[in-house]
Amino acid sequence: MKARVTVTLKTGVLDPQGKAIEGGLAALGFAGVDSVRQGKVFDLELSGRDAQAARADLAAMCEKLLANTVIENYDIEIL
Amino acid sequence: MKSAVVTFPGSNRERDIMHALELTCGRKPQAVWHAETSLPDVDLVVLPGGFSYGDYLRSGAIAARAPVMEAIRAFAARGGLVLGVCNGFQMLTEAGLLPGALMRNAGLTFVCREVLLETASTANRFTAGMRKGEVWRCPVAHHDGNYFADGETLARLEGEDRVAFRYAKGTNPNGSLNDIAGITNEAGNVLGMMPHPENYVDDQQTSTDGRAFFDSICVAFAAA
Repeated sequence: MKARVTVTLKTGVLDPQGKAIEGGLAALGFAGVDSVRQGKVFDLELSGRDAQAARADLAAMCEKLLANTVIENYDIEIL
Repeated sequence: MKSAVVTFPGSNRERDIMHALELTCGRKPQAVWHAETSLPDVDLVVLPGGFSYGDYLRSGAIAARAPVMEAIRAFAARGGLVLGVCNGFQMLTEAGLLPGALMRNAGLTFVCREVLLETASTANRFTAGMRKGEVWRCPVAHHDGNYFADGETLARLEGEDRVAFRYAKGTNPNGSLNDIAGITNEAGNVLGMMPHPENYVDDQQTSTDGRAFFDSICVAFAAA
């Protein structure tokens, strides 16, 4: 089973890297980019077959390591 | 005062802090490897600066889950002194021993220079022997030192006098909220700070302003 975890900064948390990318896009002539927020994607291969159990495990992984919940949100997808 | 300095793969300031502690407190600290599950009989444990585990995932994130951290958590809960400098501060926030997070510097670049630090609080076990409001020279060297916490946490830190060090006006190198350079836990026995006082202790270094900080730890401890 494959899963994808997406970690993004919480609303209100300043993202200097996103801002720099935003500036980079503008410098390349891409008009109309109002905002860029940078995040992380984790692709996991899991040996179990139970999607519900996998979700619970992935949530625990996010809480304990993959995300810093002080500043980040996470989203879990079973692919 | 007996102390120990924990080394992680990628730590690089452990010798500096050991030198500073020996010079000021007169006793050589013990070196502890990150894979240890217990700590020697000490009064102070230091998490040094560097780039533990290459700062993979987030700065300090992997180190915060290293085996030795459980022992440090228990040590802190018993009232033992825990000091995290730079990468050590990042580890303490990642481990949940201190609130908030250290994010990418607002200017995006690695900053390696001298700043002016204000001793903002002396209401903890580390800075009790320093002079509140005093401004001193201290080097910084980091990429992720931009202190962030939500409004409620910040108000609590300020209200409980837990901001030990602030970048003096106009010298904030990283965009930290409220110019925060160092904070303590509620009990005042865990301190995290981004600047490196251990690099300003020796006559051969640019300044010896950092000595007052280490002297304070040793003196406060002797008095306790």
